[in-house]
Amino acid sequence: MKMTSYALGFGLAVASATAGLTATSADAKPLRWASQGDALTLDPHAQNEGPTSTMISQMYDSLILRDAELKKIPGLATSWSAVEPSVWEFKLREGVTFHEGQPFTADDVVFSFNRALSETSDFKNYVNSIEEVKKVDDFTVRITTKGPNPILPDQITSIRIMDEEWSREHGVEKPQDYASQEETFAVRNTNGTGPFILTQRDPGIETKLKVNDGWWGWGVTDPKTNVTEVTYTPVANASTRVAALLSGEVDYVLDPPLQDLKRIDAQPNLKVEQINQIRTIFYGLDVGADQLRNSSVTGKNPFQDPKVREAMYKAIDVEAIKAKTMRGLSFPAGIITSPGVHGFTEDLDARLPYDVDAARSLLAEAGYPDGFEIHLDCPNNRSNNDEAICQATVGMLAQIGIKANLNARPKSIHFKALQNKESDFYMLGWGVPTLDSHYVFSYLGASDGSWNFTNFSDARLDELTDAMEVETDSAKRDAMIAEAWDILKASNVYLPLHHQVIAWGLNADLELPIVPNDSPALRMAMWK
Amino acid sequence: MATEPDIDVRAPSLLARARDSDLWFSFTRSPVVVVAASVTALYFLAALLAPLISPHNPFDPGSLVYSDAFTPPAWVEGGQATYLLGTDDQGRDILSTLIYGARISLLVGFAAVMLSAVIGITLGILAGYLGGIVETITMRAADVQLTVPGILVALMIDGVVRIKLKEWSAGGGFIGDMHETISLFVLIFAIGLSDWPQYARVVRGATMVEKGKEYVQAAKVIGVHPLFIMIRHILPNVLGPVLVLATIGLALAIIAEATLSFLGVGMPPTTPSLGTLIRIGNNFLFSGEWWITFFPCIALILLVLSVNLLGDWLRDALNPKLR
Amino acid sequence: MLSYVIRRLIQAAIVMLVVAFVSFSMFTFAGDPVNNMVGQEASQEDRELLRERLGLNDPFIVQFGRFVVNAVQGQFGLSYQLQRPVEDLIAERMPATLELVAVSAVLALAVGIPFGVMCGINRDGWFSRTLLTVSLVGVSLPTFVIGIFMIYLFSVTWGLLPSFGRGPTVDLGWWSTGFLTTGGWLALIMPSITLSLFQTTLILRLVRAEMLEVMRTDYIKFGRARGLSNKAINFGHALRNTLVPVITIAGLNIGSLIAFSIITETVFNWPGMGLLFIKAVEFADVPIMAAYLVMVAFVFVVINLVVDLLYFAVDPRLKIDTGAAVGRLS
Repeated sequence: MKMTSYALGFGLAVASATAGLTATSADAKPLRWASQGDALTLDPHAQNEGPTSTMISQMYDSLILRDAELKKIPGLATSWSAVEPSVWEFKLREGVTFHEGQPFTADDVVFSFNRALSETSDFKNYVNSIEEVKKVDDFTVRITTKGPNPILPDQITSIRIMDEEWSREHGVEKPQDYASQEETFAVRNTNGTGPFILTQRDPGIETKLKVNDGWWGWGVTDPKTNVTEVTYTPVANASTRVAALLSGEVDYVLDPPLQDLKRIDAQPNLKVEQINQIRTIFYGLDVGADQLRNSSVTGKNPFQDPKVREAMYKAIDVEAIKAKTMRGLSFPAGIITSPGVHGFTEDLDARLPYDVDAARSLLAEAGYPDGFEIHLDCPNNRSNNDEAICQATVGMLAQIGIKANLNARPKSIHFKALQNKESDFYMLGWGVPTLDSHYVFSYLGASDGSWNFTNFSDARLDELTDAMEVETDSAKRDAMIAEAWDILKASNVYLPLHHQVIAWGLNADLELPIVPNDSPALRMAMWK
Repeated sequence: MATEPDIDVRAPSLLARARDSDLWFSFTRSPVVVVAASVTALYFLAALLAPLISPHNPFDPGSLVYSDAFTPPAWVEGGQATYLLGTDDQGRDILSTLIYGARISLLVGFAAVMLSAVIGITLGILAGYLGGIVETITMRAADVQLTVPGILVALMIDGVVRIKLKEWSAGGGFIGDMHETISLFVLIFAIGLSDWPQYARVVRGATMVEKGKEYVQAAKVIGVHPLFIMIRHILPNVLGPVLVLATIGLALAIIAEATLSFLGVGMPPTTPSLGTLIRIGNNFLFSGEWWITFFPCIALILLVLSVNLLGDWLRDALNPKLR
Repeated sequence: MLSYVIRRLIQAAIVMLVVAFVSFSMFTFAGDPVNNMVGQEASQEDRELLRERLGLNDPFIVQFGRFVVNAVQGQFGLSYQLQRPVEDLIAERMPATLELVAVSAVLALAVGIPFGVMCGINRDGWFSRTLLTVSLVGVSLPTFVIGIFMIYLFSVTWGLLPSFGRGPTVDLGWWSTGFLTTGGWLALIMPSITLSLFQTTLILRLVRAEMLEVMRTDYIKFGRARGLSNKAINFGHALRNTLVPVITIAGLNIGSLIAFSIITETVFNWPGMGLLFIKAVEFADVPIMAAYLVMVAFVFVVINLVVDLLYFAVDPRLKIDTGAAVGRLS
């Protein structure tokens, strides 16, 4: 009989509510946390999606990690340098073992990068500048890029390292093909080198990790945590999640609803941490299709007319969304990336004014004085109040005669529909793990960008996207980025909404640095 | 309990009959029932006259004033007189939404009950009167239906229709705002279909009793068409228990609709029913905007309770043994 | 006797077959599963290959036959959404639901029967009348409203009970139970009350009605005439005769408890089959929906069958129609 309960589970905490909260200062303690939606998979290279990466990063390490300020720090690589303009050399950490005991060597790095480059990987855009990954000796690896790539170290912070031997043994040499819903061994089992070890994985119910006492990073990157065990529960219903935090059943909620922050902060044993997130919420308009899939307009695509796009932009009162739905916790955006990302400027972030009359006349000029009908696809469990924002947008578009029928669905269906190119008009949020604008263009701007569902295609933008990846002269590169932003911003194929603010609800005794990518690094967690 | 009402006395005028009836007597004797009936009538009236009496039209997104979202009830600090019970997260007037929401609840409830009653009565009379293979098939079908709880049937139908819709829109069909209309029909269909066996069983039982009575035998002997016998003689006599079932069924159907909407598979948030509104308001329960969920809850409970009280009274009043 | 048993068994099998047919037609109605499994880029050839492999090109009757044969062995294929065998998913979540249902059923009987008897014996007392009205309020309160209200009060305001999940569980290898930990029991309190409330009121009203009916029968009148004590009449004779139909219907209602646990599990984030099912509906995950439908129907049919056979064993004269009883209940 195996006890899967923990010493200080809420049974006890409830029975002696105050004792459970105060008695154990500086003692080792489990950490229970919750958020809206579970990781989609545990395969480290199958889905480039925030919550999925967050979960995976607790168990898998990258060559380069990030600290609480998101600065790059040595991970499985102890040092790196560009030995030639397009060759990066990485010295690997020695004496590291995977959770199941296999030693970590250069072969694992070569294997993992090739895996991330393979067809079914969702991380290709991070690594597609790579020409070759070569083992020099057991603890040295050289990465040759197709041209000089100054941001490679930033890009590979998202590439987690798997064990080659383990992957071959379990037939997971290739990433899970998520779009076709393949199930592989790596989807529910992990073997990383990271600070936590997976002990139980019930997708959608509960995920349990235990601390990896032998992690190489304790005392190196972070002091040894006193968190013994981590239990993650996805709780879809926002008020259930808050109730769990308020009643002390979880220690940390990643995404408490904005409207409940005041209540959480007011409770003495809880606290709220806030930081500006590197993540922008926006709408995308499909300008590539000859005819929209769901519209009263047939035979042509109204979104192809720039006036229509501008009219829709001007009809959205993003300040009102900020004041009401977002409770003041958002920054209206002019471009689809956030402050903190290289290439962002205040000037770019200026919005077209909210102007319903102008929007109406633009629409009339475009030949739709009475508006038209379309579908708006939204996730309902991805970003803060996403469904409510979409509903508000429906109302605002109705003011100028555009009737948008809202289709709000869970993120996994929403994203799948986008990836299957089934949407005309959709909501998307985008964060930038590399903290460089190139990432945005390569995914969302370039005509072959894998998340560019607008089908926007601009030859110059494509050219710039490729060029800025290999340009080493930073002044020239910055000029390229600026020009690219001007093109993308002027097109209005994306209607920016706002940059998100992250707010976490935590137990007052839990120290966990809040990070602008909303991806908690539990290795930094510490009980007071 | 008896499923056989034996009150069928021909009397002068309908009104006089109603006034002299036991039913009316027992009705006026119970203040609770009178209140319940009045409340129910009020709901019906409000639902019927919704466009005329409700201060705003909550289902027209263009008419919503988003900047008025989260306005508290008029008597609370910060409230506005135009929004008596406050507004929800989209600036919808709660009072108007309650009126329109009750309209949806009653519409779905009524249509669902009608659907199951019509199916149930038809099959029940046929089974009871004709017997034989018709009876066997009907009753076995009822068995099958009863092996699956109503809420499950409703969820299944809902789920399958969703798939169909998705396929249709992917295939290039334009759905437009039919989503809302379809949601309504799915709910009616789903709830209505799950309840017919109740009616069929009761009606079959009553029909079998009635069939054995002399006047029916006599009608048979003189060669009256069976269909005529069923409609003219048997149907009126099974309506009593059906009425009881239908009243209780209405309450259950209203709850079922609210439940499905609460689970997120009923009415969409753009045309909220009471259940949808409770689901939305639930998100604002801890942040102090209690009115978004509180008023719909009260409205729902009041409606269901009134209908249930009426049903309970009807059952007792129509059951001669319990007098 | 034997012929009756066989007849009932055949009837049950037919009912299950029809339910299986309905479940199976859901697949057909839900369209080409291949579209759900491959991306848009998949070539026509790939699709055809997959169709062949899944046996979708076989005649309808062959496919249905295969579905039934697999279902009998408890196999329902892979979930579209989670890509795991449906039977595994259900098996993982079954303990959570069954423990919740069991506690709720016990609760409903333990509260419903005594109070029902009380109302039946003392039909016009103020207590009975109050209880009856209160029970009507109970029937009128939607499950989710009760759940929300309880969480708000007992978890958030007073911090007494856990608001979600099962609490710590003990893994017995084949069954994970919350019965062996204090936390598990605490976590059960609110969900089980929420789930049982509706059934409790139904049983209360049923017991009351049956009691009233029995009290009018001749043998009770004779009993009184003979001067038997009230206690002997009420509990020795009346209650015993009341309980037979009550137990029958209560048994059948365990089936509906399973179905209604969908709502309770959603409100309390209870990791059971209901939560799995409601997500499956959201994601149009037909294999899970079909399996769940077949399973709930199976539980119903088995209970129905057992009850009928027991009846038959107890009193062969009885020409039973349990269905009528069900009809009367709801």
